[in-house]
Amino acid sequence: MSHDHHHGPTIDPERLAYYQRMATAVRELLIEKGILTDAQIVATIKKMEARGPALGARVVAHAWVDPNYKTRLLLDGSAGVEELGIPVDGTRLIVVENTEEVHNLVVCTLCSCYPRNILGLPPDWYKKAAYRARAVKEPRAVLAEFGTVLSDSVTIRVHDSTADMRYLVLPARPAGTEGWAEDKLAALVNRDSMIGVQAAKEPEQ
Amino acid sequence: MKRGVHDIGGLPNNQIDQSEHDYALWEKRIDALLVLLASEKQIMRVDELRRGIESLDIDAYNELSYYERWIASIAKILVEKDVITSTELEARMAEISTRKTTS
Repeated sequence: MSHDHHHGPTIDPERLAYYQRMATAVRELLIEKGILTDAQIVATIKKMEARGPALGARVVAHAWVDPNYKTRLLLDGSAGVEELGIPVDGTRLIVVENTEEVHNLVVCTLCSCYPRNILGLPPDWYKKAAYRARAVKEPRAVLAEFGTVLSDSVTIRVHDSTADMRYLVLPARPAGTEGWAEDKLAALVNRDSMIGVQAAKEPEQ
Repeated sequence: MKRGVHDIGGLPNNQIDQSEHDYALWEKRIDALLVLLASEKQIMRVDELRRGIESLDIDAYNELSYYERWIASIAKILVEKDVITSTELEARMAEISTRKTTS
């Protein structure tokens, strides 16, 4: 490499202004040509903002309390999620289950494919080179950086996403949550546990 | 075969910077443009967005932020498809830079 790019992209104000102008120009031209409307753009942003990890947490909590649902969800993630009224818009969703023996981790090495209909937009680190490059090579070290230290006896499976095939991790249900209602369980499920870099939260003692 | 600029799976890299930022309006607008062009209007596909990003030269690929790469690709693909022309894009960008505040 001719230069050090490991610190990731830095925002250069002049360059940013250039690409923001490009974005404004493209948007205005598409609107003027009648291809898009401003209202459609606003509505699309609203729809995007309404999607976030709370949707995924609902799916996970439901799978924890309903074994038949879990079976269906693991067989066909898209259908399982749609069963709860969450649209997946044509992408194939695969749900992978964490157990005592197996831990799953999701990455998109080539870009940033992510189950955005269920988790919202991905975190910055998911899209940056360090995570994409290393997750498939040294997942244990990557997990440790997120505070997740797994025993050597646990098999780690890393799933590399594509635009048409995206993954959601079904984290293991924490001990001590027997008999909990779905809402209470869902509060233990955060975004990172559904990417697989962390476990679900433990119930507070 | 030489790896593409985007094809970095398995290569050595540094510690993961776990800091996050809230998406800004300009970023959300670019995201929405692609969603509309791909799903609703079927003018360009996500594969084409990727091709546009992956064909950036390595310095641009590494230096640009995520949505800067996206708009560079979207503009390129729309020009390729004659949805917009490079002349009108350049003219509009020049005009925007003369405005007091850009929207």
